[in-house]
Amino acid sequence: MSDATLSAPVAVTPATGAVRFMRRAKPVLLSLIVPLALLLFWHLAVKAGMTRLIPSPAAVAEYMVDFAIGGIWDDAFSATLHLHLLASASRVYGGFLLAALVAVPLGLLIGRVELVRQLLDPFLQLMRPIPVTAWLPLSMILFGLGSTSAFFLVFLGAFYPILLNTIFGVKNVEPRLFEAASMLGCRGNAQFFKVVLPAALPSIFTGLRLGLGLAWFVIVVGEMTGVPQGLGAVIMDGRTLSRTELVICGMIVIGIAGFVSDRVVVMLMNRLLRWSPSHRG
Amino acid sequence: MAEIPILDIQGVGKTYTLGDARIEALRDANLTVKKGEFVCLIGASGCGKSTLLRIVAGFEQPSAGKALMWGKPIEGPAPDRGMVFQDYGLFPWLTVRENIAFGPASRGRPKAEVRDTVERFIALIGLSRFADAHPHQLSGGMKQRVAIARVLANDAEVVLMDEPFGALDAMTRERLQDELLDLWQRTGLTVLFVTHSIEEAIFLSDRVVVMEPGPGRIASAERITLARPRDVASPEFNEVRRELGTRLHSHHGKKAA
Repeated sequence: MSDATLSAPVAVTPATGAVRFMRRAKPVLLSLIVPLALLLFWHLAVKAGMTRLIPSPAAVAEYMVDFAIGGIWDDAFSATLHLHLLASASRVYGGFLLAALVAVPLGLLIGRVELVRQLLDPFLQLMRPIPVTAWLPLSMILFGLGSTSAFFLVFLGAFYPILLNTIFGVKNVEPRLFEAASMLGCRGNAQFFKVVLPAALPSIFTGLRLGLGLAWFVIVVGEMTGVPQGLGAVIMDGRTLSRTELVICGMIVIGIAGFVSDRVVVMLMNRLLRWSPSHRG
Repeated sequence: MAEIPILDIQGVGKTYTLGDARIEALRDANLTVKKGEFVCLIGASGCGKSTLLRIVAGFEQPSAGKALMWGKPIEGPAPDRGMVFQDYGLFPWLTVRENIAFGPASRGRPKAEVRDTVERFIALIGLSRFADAHPHQLSGGMKQRVAIARVLANDAEVVLMDEPFGALDAMTRERLQDELLDLWQRTGLTVLFVTHSIEEAIFLSDRVVVMEPGPGRIASAERITLARPRDVASPEFNEVRRELGTRLHSHHGKKAA
């Protein structure tokens, strides 16, 4: 409006320790508001007797401690958290790694070689809408009851996002970069490793991140196949035994494990894709 | 005529088919360029100047005529003809150093030699402080310096430039023009430079080739005899600019449908 406003000196306060701390703590505090409010609502709802079927947060917390280190209830589930977490994690990472090992090379081929695309793309597009849950019965017939089925279902869940994002990455390499490479003397198949692969890496990582997320997502379904250990098995057992606190504990552990493993991928991604400013998670 | 020109364009035409339509981008272009010459191609959009450049680069094959380098047909892109794109075309995942090393390393040069060459060219373009930066951290002018160094480090004899300074601000453009001329005079490069700026063409080139659209073709060529370094504000420069401008616009006026 007026020149005075524009030319007025701006007061610059040096950031003191407290100010700096608040600035850093603010996003953390903000992100805690909704979960804490829900927790409070849950607590009050149970206390007011709105439900008899759901245990209070405190009861779940107590059970979580017993589930993790034992010494409170001393039943069949006490101090078994690490066993179930390990069993689930091995299936999640095993299925995920196998999916990545198959889907990344396959995606590179489909995106790059027309013959392979024509051969496989229609078939894969047809199979893709079939949900993992629909595969459950067939998987149990094929692989029997047990961890092979769980492994297979996790593999299926992680497979498509990795495959589709890899294909997308390969197909969307800037054409200019092929011209640049060929006028610099890098032609034909050499371009695959020097241009296509690095250029597709951001998309491949997006696929891996989605794939790993889905692997945790389907683990419960995967472990409905009658495995003795695993977080999915704990949840199913909890339901059968009407142990709701056990069900909730299993859910919380899966949530945390999925979150932590996603953070690891994001950290890896930020390191490897430092060159891509648009690719920061 | 005993001397073989470095570039020899003989009756080159290019027709694209787009569905049922045939588009004639370039018709019967004839041009010879001697080693060490700085030639600008200038004209309105659709005059085929970029098409001609891309044929010399080997990115496109002519539909008619012949494009020769040192008397041999150009069969595809190769390091002896380096291209500098308007949008830089740098590899975003490589650092400045790695971008410049890309060509020599791809051609299997020994590691020590690649390292020496790269360091020399980084110093030449004055980007030593940014040697380990990635392209997204550089300004447009810096990126274009890297793109130029990249083709020079790869022993390009001919540098093809497709409106290389078109995306830069005026100050940066002037600086890069000076730097390019300096490089050209020191190295004896041959430069084929596409632009739509009359001033840029006169400032830089030994010869300005005027092209016109519908279909794209070479209309005339003008030798610029002004002494270097050229002063864009001098009366002589303005004389040439006016004359070339009139010619460019008269072509424009009688542009065929």
